[in-house]
Amino acid sequence: MSAPLLELEAVTRSFGGIRAVDGVSMRLNEGEVVGLIGPNGAGKTTLVNVITGVHTATSGRVRFRGEDVTAQRPFQAARRGLCRTFQIVQPFPEMTVLDNVAAGAMFGGRIDAIGAAREAAREHLEFVGLAPLSDKPASALTLAARKRLELAKSLAMKPKVLMLDEVNAGLNSAEIDGALELIRKIAARGVTILLIEHLMKVVLSVTERVLVLHHGALIAEGEPHAMVRDEKVIEAYLGEKYAKRYREAAGV
Amino acid sequence: MMSRLGLALFAGWVVILATTPLFAENYIVRTAIMIAMYSALALSWNIIGGFTGYPSFATVAFFGVGCYVGGIAQRAGVPMALAWAIATVAVGAMAAALGAIILRLKGHYFAIGSIAIVEVCRLVISSWRSVTGGGDGLNVPLLRWHPDAVAQFFLLVMIGIMLAAFVMNALVDRHRLGFGLKCIRQNEDAADMVGVDTTRYKIVGFTLSALLCGTVGAAYASWVGYIDPTDSFQILMTVKVPVMALMGGAGTVLGPALGAAAFVILEEIFWANFLEWNRAILGAIIVALIFFLPGGLLNISWRRAARRLRGRESAEAPA
Repeated sequence: MSAPLLELEAVTRSFGGIRAVDGVSMRLNEGEVVGLIGPNGAGKTTLVNVITGVHTATSGRVRFRGEDVTAQRPFQAARRGLCRTFQIVQPFPEMTVLDNVAAGAMFGGRIDAIGAAREAAREHLEFVGLAPLSDKPASALTLAARKRLELAKSLAMKPKVLMLDEVNAGLNSAEIDGALELIRKIAARGVTILLIEHLMKVVLSVTERVLVLHHGALIAEGEPHAMVRDEKVIEAYLGEKYAKRYREAAGV
Repeated sequence: MMSRLGLALFAGWVVILATTPLFAENYIVRTAIMIAMYSALALSWNIIGGFTGYPSFATVAFFGVGCYVGGIAQRAGVPMALAWAIATVAVGAMAAALGAIILRLKGHYFAIGSIAIVEVCRLVISSWRSVTGGGDGLNVPLLRWHPDAVAQFFLLVMIGIMLAAFVMNALVDRHRLGFGLKCIRQNEDAADMVGVDTTRYKIVGFTLSALLCGTVGAAYASWVGYIDPTDSFQILMTVKVPVMALMGGAGTVLGPALGAAAFVILEEIFWANFLEWNRAILGAIIVALIFFLPGGLLNISWRRAARRLRGRESAEAPA
């Protein structure tokens, strides 16, 4: 097997007595689309925060292209191409949509001149379908559009690994289909994607491999369709009692 | 971004200020010097307070330290212009070092931290008697010219510093530094996430906002010829400067210059006409400003104001 693009070695992150991420080891290979699922509070967002330098791992190592990046700061992660979107969108509210994306192109994507950054931003806005709203302030967008803006901003940063933290949360089904289409297009560009998602429809249709997190620990890993039938996974989501009833009802 | 009209008006304004000695009495020339001086301070403040959104009250610390570094250098026989340069560099270095510490604070905490800088500087200067003369103050060598010539000279010096501050603002506004600082103002965490080295940017912004305050302080010391801790570290000045910038429009290039001019002129009018009430009136103006003009004079949408007035009239009309 070739060297992984991103590799986590026994990463733990504690907050006081709580281990939000507990000894997680995982790897992402170049060009893969991997799902990261788990019940609320499983530590998915914390894991992304550790990878992008928002939190530093209490113990363990994060390696990107073989380089130890455990202690990096968020802006360094961004410049390396470890980009993410936020579950709760984080725009620059008073800037135009165009300048929001230009900020990504300029600082994360390392385009020095404002003019050139805006040019690049236009392309990304075209790609996510927000071009007609370029000159609106970011605060004027709907939630679905803001999620697209987050995507455009991350794409402008020339991501090597794109971590999508619930980009579909709060969207209606037509909007989800649109977002799904976008994720496929981004994957087709060769960007490695780590998709944090609650919607099984999305996970099953775009990912090649799924990691399941529960109480901060990785409890299962494998092919998506197998994962949703995995007993440990069902138990994690539904609880032991319901998992048993579910098994009985399914006649297993 | 500046409109061409705004730039032309500013150029005209600079010409008017610079030519006051030709047509006006000493009092007006003095006011023109104060306007240029406060414009330079407000434009400097704009880099950290306007673009970056960090409400700094440290302006007078930089001004006061500039006064003393320049004054002490001149007393030691350093030529005036060189003394000003030394003050500028010293204040810049001080801001960079202090910035690395207090820029870890945000919002109100940062504001209080920046006021603490003023107090610490004032205390150090007034206690360090052997160097600074303590509470007795220092005499700075005066220019032995005709008083009118001295006033003209310092008018041009202050206008020069104001223009330098203006150019600095215009450059920062166009450069990626300004873009990054604006990102920090709107959402510092998100700025970090898109790859802005927020710590470094804030320190650079803070240093730029201090540099010319040091120059202004040193030039002021040479102009008035006597400095003491109470005069050099007036807490009122540190409040006035942000108010000026906010009055004109913080985060714009022309706003602080407009605000400084408006404020100094208003202040002079109130001093002259309402000797006992002028502070109260200024206070009322500040409160009104915060309530009704949060974006400053430059950001008034005149069209919307007109529409709102019309809307109110039609709402009052019987249906």
